[in-house]
Amino acid sequence: MKLKYLIPFLIFVTLVALFAYAFRLDPREVPSPLVGKPASAFALPRVDAPGTLAGPADLRGQPWLLNVWATWCVACREEHAMLVRLAREEGVPIVGLNYKEIRGDAELDASRLSPQEEREAALLRARTWLAQHGDPYRFSVLDLDGRVAIDYGVYGVPETFLIDAEGVIRYKHVGPIDERAWREVLQPKWAALVGGKR
Amino acid sequence: MRRGKKHESGRSGLARGIAAVVVACCFGFAWAAEEPPKAQPVGDPAIEARALKLGHELRCLVCQNQSIAESNAELAHDLMNQVREQLAAGKSEEEVRAYLVARYGDFVLYQPPLKASTVALWAGPFVLALAGVLALWRVLRRRSREEMPALSAEEAARAQTLLRGEGKEERS
Repeated sequence: MKLKYLIPFLIFVTLVALFAYAFRLDPREVPSPLVGKPASAFALPRVDAPGTLAGPADLRGQPWLLNVWATWCVACREEHAMLVRLAREEGVPIVGLNYKEIRGDAELDASRLSPQEEREAALLRARTWLAQHGDPYRFSVLDLDGRVAIDYGVYGVPETFLIDAEGVIRYKHVGPIDERAWREVLQPKWAALVGGKR
Repeated sequence: MRRGKKHESGRSGLARGIAAVVVACCFGFAWAAEEPPKAQPVGDPAIEARALKLGHELRCLVCQNQSIAESNAELAHDLMNQVREQLAAGKSEEEVRAYLVARYGDFVLYQPPLKASTVALWAGPFVLALAGVLALWRVLRRRSREEMPALSAEEAARAQTLLRGEGKEERS
């Protein structure tokens, strides 16, 4: 009969264990159904040369990272130095998708701008920022209305997609890439892709 | 309400980030009233009604406990506009839903489909309820089985007098 009194205690322990596990999970991290699917094509104006359209097609034949960023995104600033290091020291090709540079900035009112003005303002902000903090990108493109980002299932910035030589999305990283995220999660996957190519 | 700007949490200041998001979601409507509505309804009221109905079934990725029709998150506005545009272009509700699921996963559906990964979600409540009913049934059965201890002759006699209302129970 002593066992009977253990039952509430066991239930309690189970609950504690469940909570201890669940509170470590990040409910904001939504698994992407796009992993394993081809990265959707786009052609958007380049930040450095807005007359030229660029997209995933330009990176065919090599693995690369698609990094979603914006100058108003503080977490992007956090990860930027890491991206610069990856591009310069490890030679990782990174393409930037500049996400709603003007419309996404809660401190700006984009509704009064004409499309032309919005584009000019976005280019100026993006270029200034890259000049200040370093430019890790092979090229960066402007997604002014965030439509391309929706095709990639982006729900916040920064997000980074690992895309293989065939143009298939292999992994999606949500949030800034720090030293640890790169070392423990992304780098092994990256090495596998680069190694697989040879 | 994005990972950048206001909640500079990233993944590191997770608790801070979650708290901020919760607060932002709870009080979102307070400041939203001052903002001009960004999601513009299209002209056709029938399309708008369909879009709103569908929007209420779709979960906002940013404020996860609101539908995209209710949320004031930027992304929710963008997604609502997508829903409107696609319905206006003659797509069916099912097609629009499939469009969003292809990008954001079953997560956007408030009613996810029944599949291996969601069995626990769908069956869980019934399993728990069944377990509760079983436990209750066992307890009740055990209780009804417990026999009343038989009265001794003396006790029975005392009970009889008490029932008849005669004699006073002497306290000693």
